[in-house]
Amino acid sequence: MRAERELELRKAGDDASDASRVDGAVGTATPHDSAVLHVNGRATYTDDIPEPRGLLHAAFGVSTEAHARIRGMDLSRVEAAPGVVAVITASDVPGPNNYGAVIADDPILAEDEVVYAGQPVFAVAATTVDAARRAARLADIDYEPLEAILDPETALERESFVLPSTTLARGDADMAIANAPHRLTGTARVGGQDQFYLEGQISIAIPREGGDLFLYSSTQHPGEIQHSVAKALGLAQKDVTVECRRMGGAFGGKESQPALIACTAAILAQRTGRPVKLRLDRDADMIITGKRHDFVSHYEVGFDDTGRILGIRYNHASRCGASADLSGAVNDRAMFHSDNAYFLEHVAIDSHRCKTHTVSNTAFRGFGGPQGMFACEQVVDDIARHLGRDPLDVRRVNFYGTDSRNVTPYGQTIEDNIIAEIVDQLEASTDYRDRRREIEAWNAKSPVLKRGIALTPVKFGISFTATHLNQAGALVNVYTDGTVQLNHGGTEMGQGLFVKVAQVVAETLQIDLSRIRCTASDTSKVPNASATAASAGSDLNGMAARNAAEKIKRRLTGFAAQHYGCDEHEVRFDNNEVHVGGETLSFAELVHAAYMARVSLSAQGFYKTPKIDYDKTTLTGRPFYYFAYGAACTEVVIDTLTGENRMTRVDILHDCGRSLNPAVDLGQVEGGFIQGAGWLTTEELWWNPRGDLKTHAPATYKIPCASDLPPDFRVTLLESSENREDTIYKSKAVGEPPLMLGLSVFHAIRDAVAACSADPKHAPELEAPATPEHVLDAVMTARGDTRV
Amino acid sequence: MSTVDITVTVNGRAQTRAVEPRLLLVEFLRETLGFTGTHVGCDSCQCGACVVHVDGKSVKSCAMLAVQADGRDVTTIEGLADGDELHPVQVAFREQHALQCGFCTPGMIMSAVDLLNRDPEPDEAAIRLWLNGNLCRCTGYQNIIRAVEAAGVAMRAADNA
Ligand code: FES
Ligand code: FES
Repeated sequence: MRAERELELRKAGDDASDASRVDGAVGTATPHDSAVLHVNGRATYTDDIPEPRGLLHAAFGVSTEAHARIRGMDLSRVEAAPGVVAVITASDVPGPNNYGAVIADDPILAEDEVVYAGQPVFAVAATTVDAARRAARLADIDYEPLEAILDPETALERESFVLPSTTLARGDADMAIANAPHRLTGTARVGGQDQFYLEGQISIAIPREGGDLFLYSSTQHPGEIQHSVAKALGLAQKDVTVECRRMGGAFGGKESQPALIACTAAILAQRTGRPVKLRLDRDADMIITGKRHDFVSHYEVGFDDTGRILGIRYNHASRCGASADLSGAVNDRAMFHSDNAYFLEHVAIDSHRCKTHTVSNTAFRGFGGPQGMFACEQVVDDIARHLGRDPLDVRRVNFYGTDSRNVTPYGQTIEDNIIAEIVDQLEASTDYRDRRREIEAWNAKSPVLKRGIALTPVKFGISFTATHLNQAGALVNVYTDGTVQLNHGGTEMGQGLFVKVAQVVAETLQIDLSRIRCTASDTSKVPNASATAASAGSDLNGMAARNAAEKIKRRLTGFAAQHYGCDEHEVRFDNNEVHVGGETLSFAELVHAAYMARVSLSAQGFYKTPKIDYDKTTLTGRPFYYFAYGAACTEVVIDTLTGENRMTRVDILHDCGRSLNPAVDLGQVEGGFIQGAGWLTTEELWWNPRGDLKTHAPATYKIPCASDLPPDFRVTLLESSENREDTIYKSKAVGEPPLMLGLSVFHAIRDAVAACSADPKHAPELEAPATPEHVLDAVMTARGDTRV
Repeated sequence: MSTVDITVTVNGRAQTRAVEPRLLLVEFLRETLGFTGTHVGCDSCQCGACVVHVDGKSVKSCAMLAVQADGRDVTTIEGLADGDELHPVQVAFREQHALQCGFCTPGMIMSAVDLLNRDPEPDEAAIRLWLNGNLCRCTGYQNIIRAVEAAGVAMRAADNA
């Protein structure tokens, strides 16, 4: 493998002001905090927790209809099935029957109407998993089928929406388009995507004393589980505690969705007085829980001879599914990223949040941003093909400027734009121009195989668009032996958040990482935490943890100065030691002495992101604290007889600011890119005309596997970059942005399809995902063939 | 439900239990014996999270019945290390950052060990091909492939020492 990486280059020490550094300091490529547990199989996921006495297992009974009224329901056979202890329907929910994250349109169990095939209608608790799942199939439900809307375009026609349509506009798009030297219209279509976290949705609810409840939940948002469960059970929030040590992947799919699982387990636990575990198997998980929204985006654009966009109008329609869930914010983010890295002076973006009778779509890495950028990149590519210019040139003439042309459609001035530098660097390091020429010559002689190349940029806004969510808390406990337990509101889903935040505390207190234990996310330790989402995990929790560690450090400093009779500025923490005036003692010694002098060694930290301010009604302001940037250059080859395609080489240059942990960040970039490539190539969600999702297991839904990796994959983190904003150690968020580097794969395939046409200006009609079927369709259209 | 008595040697210890004939090996390992390092990712023989060794060969334990393991020798991820000393493949997965959420890791490691037992010096293409039966949603595989390469180097060095 010719992976050229710069990990080694970025080891600790380059920014150290003093020679000695603690183990696992900020900036070092430290392994994941649970790495040893993972390789030993001793990391505990929710399903691995030793089962409490009397545990029952739950299963859902689900709707077989996409849209129907429930005329009657006979559950007597379910109740009589062996091992069944309890069966619940909507009327058994003690509180409001709803777990809607934003608005109350998500029943936990369907009432008199079902709105998607697979919707939970009732739930069973039984003595074994098998008994519960078998019993759940025995229901006799009488449905009166109603008309089902199964795709966003039909929904748009019928004006079936989960939320009102929205427009974001600046200048006069229609006038600018009308007056432009060139005009184009087109449609970008991109499919949805299943999160396919390897660990499925799961929750265990355990009744404790006095009616209170403890839950283990695989969730990105323990606080939300606490609130939803309390509401559904008619309890107060104080009566419910939720813990999550780690998830086996989440990718947004465990932001709002786990509430359904947790509420159901909790209701059954409360009813039976016994602990209840609900784990969805893979098929149930894919059928019952939400995914990435698919989008159909029409556009109209006016541009000049160089391809510079003068005016543009988008019309986005997304499949939100049966309820609103997080679709409002997802679609807002799609609108905010319909510019990608390009200045759109006169712009109008319409967004329709379509209601369909399919599972309610939800968060997935990028949260609408990828779909907005997908449409935008197609516009730019279409312009380039129309003008017969290299798409990279058209991309470049549209880039945001640094001093002018630097205000987004939503009114935020971009202060940290480095996209031109990144793209220049990548263009040079990939020999983009030479390779494009060589590919053209090769394609001219190759009738069956065609190659294509594309270099695409990414600019992604960091922060929750809902301003109030941009807050975090942390708890740092120092024990008398000088070791530390660290807790914060963030959750670990594999992204390395825990190790990064621990590195921040190690650096702040100047102690080795091995002296710090990360403890499970727990609503009783840090309350009211936001979801770990929006890429903001380390930005928010790193800052909160540093705040807590600094409080303790200040107390220790004050104590040391007083105790040893020196000035506070003569107290220095350095590499597991503390220098006090002329004396040196270990961190543990100082801590113990402070304890004896009755100094508090525990502190809560807090952080709220500064500068952001955004008006939801006008969709303008500063929703983002800063932007993350990157670019990818992908080369592909397609087989024009079968539509099969593969990447042959990928180069990525990505900006993580001053990385807290370059190994973790590199992993995020690689994994995010491959996930984005999967979204746009092999991962296809397909519903039959009855509205049944037929791609509900890895046998029919194909995520990338090891052989899908490009044989030549070169990933580099941008050198000497630092966040211009005052983020935690000047790092940048890295969770979501790399996913959109996958757009380069789609455009490279598009480039290869274009090479099939006799018309040099042909813009391929390729929809995403670029499955062999879709590629073949596009090739045939490009060749002017009709399909037999 | 009738049961069948089986004796399976798991991580070096003989375990005799009465099991239902339909019990899957993965359920036997996780639920009956408590070896929860073997994960269930897909319930349908696709993802590889449940890979263990049966008589030294990798097997998806959700695709095998416990009764089929009667009289055989099973190694799970918990039995791979030699006491506190990690197997070279485990070391490499940690050092090469070949894991993120870690859910695929045990199955991935058990697969990789079988590969290296069969072919001590696999080239990159052989590693990829072998690992196609193990899905990872997090890492993008690059570090996993590097880890298997690194482990191969370490194991050959140890053999030659
Ligand atoms: S659980 Fe056995 S292969 Fe997925
Ligand atoms: S590390 Fe998460 S699935 Fe592989």
